[in-house]
Amino acid sequence: MSIRQWSRDLSMGVRFAFGGGREGWTRALLTAVGVGLGVALLLLSTSVPNALAVRHDRDKARADHTFSQPDRPKADNTVIVADANTTFGERDVRGRLLEPEGPRAPRPPGVDRLPRAGEMVVSPALKDLLASGDGKLLRARLPYRISGTIGERGLVGSHELVYYAGAEGLSARLDRSSVARITAFGDTVAVTVERTDPILILLILVVFTVLLMPVAVFIAAAVRFGGERRDRRLAALRLVGSDSRTTRRIAAGEALGGSLLGLVLGAAFFLMVRQAAGSVELMGVSAFPSYLTPSPALALLVAGAVPAASVLVTLFTLRGVVIEPLGVVRTAKPARRRLWWRLLLPLAGLAMLYPMVGQGRDNGYFNQYLVVGGVMLLLVGVTALLPWIVEAVVGRLGAGALSWQLAVRRLQLSSGTAARTVNGIAVAVAGAIALHMLFSGVEGDYTKPTGQDLQRAQMQVSLDRGAIGAVGKFRSTKGVRSVTQLSDIDLGDRRENPDQGVPLTIGDCTALRELASLPSCHDGDVFAVTGAEPDESWTSTARPGRTLYIDPSYEGSPGEAIAWKVPGTLRHGTSVDGLLGYRRGGLMMTPGALPPGAAERATTQLYLRLDRSVPRAEEYVRNTTAGIDPMADATLWSSTRESKRFASIRTGLYVGAACVLGLIGASLLVSQLEQLRDRRKLLSSLVAFGTRRRTLSLSVLWQTAIPIALGLLLASAVGLGLGALLLRMAATSVRVDWASVLAMSGIGAGVVLVVTLLSLPPLLRLMRPEGLRTE
Amino acid sequence: MTAPAGSLLAAQGLRKAYGPTLALDGAEFSIHPGEVVAVMGPSGSGKSTLLHCLAGIVTPDEGSITYAGQELATLSDARRSALRRSEFGFVFQFGQLVPELTCVENVALPLRLNGVSRKEAERAAVAWMERLEVDDLRRKRPGEVSGGQGQRVAVARALVTGPRVVFADEPTGALDSLNGERVMELLTDAARSGGTAVVLVTHEARVAAYSDREIVVRDGRSRDMERAV
Amino acid sequence: MYSRVMSIGHTLLGLLESGPRHGYDLKRAFDEKFGHDRPLHYGQVYSTMSRLLKNGLVEVDGIEAGDGPERKRYAITEAGVTDVERWLGTPEKPEPYLQSTLYTKVVLALLTHRDAADILDTQRAEHLRSMRILTDRKRKGDLADQLICDHALFHLEADLRWLELTAARLDKLRQAVVSA
Repeated sequence: MSIRQWSRDLSMGVRFAFGGGREGWTRALLTAVGVGLGVALLLLSTSVPNALAVRHDRDKARADHTFSQPDRPKADNTVIVADANTTFGERDVRGRLLEPEGPRAPRPPGVDRLPRAGEMVVSPALKDLLASGDGKLLRARLPYRISGTIGERGLVGSHELVYYAGAEGLSARLDRSSVARITAFGDTVAVTVERTDPILILLILVVFTVLLMPVAVFIAAAVRFGGERRDRRLAALRLVGSDSRTTRRIAAGEALGGSLLGLVLGAAFFLMVRQAAGSVELMGVSAFPSYLTPSPALALLVAGAVPAASVLVTLFTLRGVVIEPLGVVRTAKPARRRLWWRLLLPLAGLAMLYPMVGQGRDNGYFNQYLVVGGVMLLLVGVTALLPWIVEAVVGRLGAGALSWQLAVRRLQLSSGTAARTVNGIAVAVAGAIALHMLFSGVEGDYTKPTGQDLQRAQMQVSLDRGAIGAVGKFRSTKGVRSVTQLSDIDLGDRRENPDQGVPLTIGDCTALRELASLPSCHDGDVFAVTGAEPDESWTSTARPGRTLYIDPSYEGSPGEAIAWKVPGTLRHGTSVDGLLGYRRGGLMMTPGALPPGAAERATTQLYLRLDRSVPRAEEYVRNTTAGIDPMADATLWSSTRESKRFASIRTGLYVGAACVLGLIGASLLVSQLEQLRDRRKLLSSLVAFGTRRRTLSLSVLWQTAIPIALGLLLASAVGLGLGALLLRMAATSVRVDWASVLAMSGIGAGVVLVVTLLSLPPLLRLMRPEGLRTE
Repeated sequence: MTAPAGSLLAAQGLRKAYGPTLALDGAEFSIHPGEVVAVMGPSGSGKSTLLHCLAGIVTPDEGSITYAGQELATLSDARRSALRRSEFGFVFQFGQLVPELTCVENVALPLRLNGVSRKEAERAAVAWMERLEVDDLRRKRPGEVSGGQGQRVAVARALVTGPRVVFADEPTGALDSLNGERVMELLTDAARSGGTAVVLVTHEARVAAYSDREIVVRDGRSRDMERAV
Repeated sequence: MYSRVMSIGHTLLGLLESGPRHGYDLKRAFDEKFGHDRPLHYGQVYSTMSRLLKNGLVEVDGIEAGDGPERKRYAITEAGVTDVERWLGTPEKPEPYLQSTLYTKVVLALLTHRDAADILDTQRAEHLRSMRILTDRKRKGDLADQLICDHALFHLEADLRWLELTAARLDKLRQAVVSA
């Protein structure tokens, strides 16, 4: 059979797809929208790896990796880089202080001119934020003049908040960890790149699979739209002499028409999403539209595979159909649906997913193919099981009220059609429930109680320097109720490279009592606090009268090594649960007992209790912190912070699921209307002999509601099962998220109701006696 | 003018327009209990519209229809539907059997619409199917029976409630003469023996010959031949 | 009419094929099977038989003396059988009624500006009256009755269809008739 013949028949089918007036167009458009959504999703998922790669490359190119840099002398091509990250609200700000040491000092990517001291260059997003009223508090924290913006080359996302500020005197703080002298930006040394959170990968994979599956199911259903009308058209073609094969090809061509239009729509959707992607931030990750470029090979594959699939689906569905000149005959009664292979699919899915249980934490590894394959098999399992279940259940449904009987009999006669239309909803709901469970489970896990006692403190500030006098500054900061200061210093048994260390904590009596139960306390007291850790070997080192050294020197890191004699009257205390969320032991010292010069060597933690009635109190604290030392860190203790992380994904999921359900609802409506129109005569005659409108309306409702109820039941079961499995994979405790089950089932039920309501006016119109007129 | 004495269903001065087309233009009609009246006339003459008006399916623009002394126009749609359910029966040319219900369920349908229990309705349906010689089709669906058999099932359905009037619109239109005549024979026999009046719309004289008298509808006007002669 | 005379002769010959019969038997058999509306007079049988005898298509098988008239028994001859065969094999000439009274009445009504539709309706009522009688007989009769009634019914129906068609074209006919 020649290619010309094929193309002629297919193109004739394409013409049929768009002919046929408004109905034809509606059908073709619905098919196209379904296919288009699928294509857009496919293109999007094929460009995600690319986007991640671009982000990764950009991130590498600006890496300054201040740890692991060798010591090098000041030169005309060096610059000192210091980390000065901060957090604003929920958003992280990547900040660096730069001190160029010569004319050939390197510049980070995207920065044309290094900022002078007191100046900074910022990312466009940060510039906007600072200029907005919302960013006023941040403005106070970054007291630099904006001298320029960072180009796209230096950013990994359109919404990234980045600044580089010029600084002076950084050489004094070189420590090779957060302050380093470098000669070039970029990943010159092989470093381990932080792997993307495996759970995030799991989420992304599942989201795409879950959204793609119903679209695929929808496409499969969409190419069969207008079945009865198409049957008549095909029969007419046979009557005028087209042979059986030609007719099938023409039918396939009709499907092809819709899917070709779908390709165009899909490309358009994709471009829209791509453009929108530049203005969206998900989980603190944003991208530039240019990142979302599908690899040409994959794009070509999509462009080829989707239309080919639509042709194949059509030919596949026509396999049991004989198109005769006088009508279309379904070959006999299709064999009773068998259960075993339908059960095989979800079981195979389970088998693929099960081995990955528990790999979510500890940087486990998820095999992408297994995850996608397993989830897909489970969801395909839904579509395979549903026709069987609908047939089995509907076959057993007894006759009840007349409306019920009408609906049940109709379903018994064509349970496959009913199941097919519901399949999309079932898959979408199953996937959405599973995803939702995964989200709320993971989210619950992320916010598991840390042990930090939020009653005692809500913020923690770490200061390497400038601790003296800091307490006063924080006490006078807006929104701060009280400040507890605890410092620690290294204490060793020798001046250099000590063998034994002793934990040493310094704080006033009030502060120490947060950590230990002390018999009495006065300034100048030293306590040995036990009862915290199993390893209490330090007790033998810190014997009364022995001389120990505060801030000993280590290889390459000289210390002050201040000698200190353990007092003879070492008082005892017992560690208690408190401020930190864990028990701390070791020596505890009031400031009065500290030898002179030691206080400067301490690392200080300030625990702040905030006044909850002051909005954004944490920002004032961060501002104070940055005023003391831009490189210092202020952490918000909170269990609510992470919960917002997934909010945007969840919203996206809801929107996606609602769109898919809406689309499926539209297709349900189309087939419902088609069926009603085909039964116009029958409806009129039923009305003629006195059938109540209520009876017929109810039967239409049942007819949609029964399969959807079954679909939702199955979907809930599979969704909960899949969700539980995914949670186990993420090594998270399994909680059944009834709210999501209810919400998704509710949306599904809503779709039924809307479809029924929308088909009522045409139903009532068709029930008018005019339908009886034959002349 | 009033309805002829003793008539069960009578209409005077019926006028009905569908858009610009005048389907009925002053049609008259009357039928007595147990009478079979043929409504004849060329296609497009308004025969079917007359039938739909008489059955209370369509409300005429003008004129009155009285059934058993009640003016149909004064009844609510619900009451008219109830009347059709319990007192009238219908046989059409096509598309009247619900394809997904079995034949016996189709016959039982009007009884079930009247609230009769399924068992009882189906028992009565079977009795009528026996009478119309189609009781062997009980479990079959309409798609699996021939046109003549289907039409007999439809007749059984029209008669199952023991209606006082059966409206038959071209009941043999889709059948060959042999099947058509058998259906007419069964219908008129059953109607006569039960005292049921039959309004029979047909354009075929041989079908009309099963009636007691005929009226002719032309251009929306009716002519009662018996009274004219 | 010639054809009726001919067809009675052939019908009687046909009845004789099953065996010799008396004239009276022949009349009874004929009436029973074919003579629903018009039973044969005995004289008609007698004259037909003598003609057939003359033509050599039947022969007298025997004569019985009885109470009434003499009773001849007739038997069919070889030539008679051939004749029946030939008659059955010859198609009947379709008889178009080109000059029907009804047509004349309609044209006259139109010419004299009377209501031609009335005439047609009245005629239809009359036709239907006959058809009802036939239908009734058909319902009560056996298969032979049904066949014979159907034959008549179909012919009457054909007339009625002509009536319907004419009624539908009365306006055209009026124009043609009046202008001619």
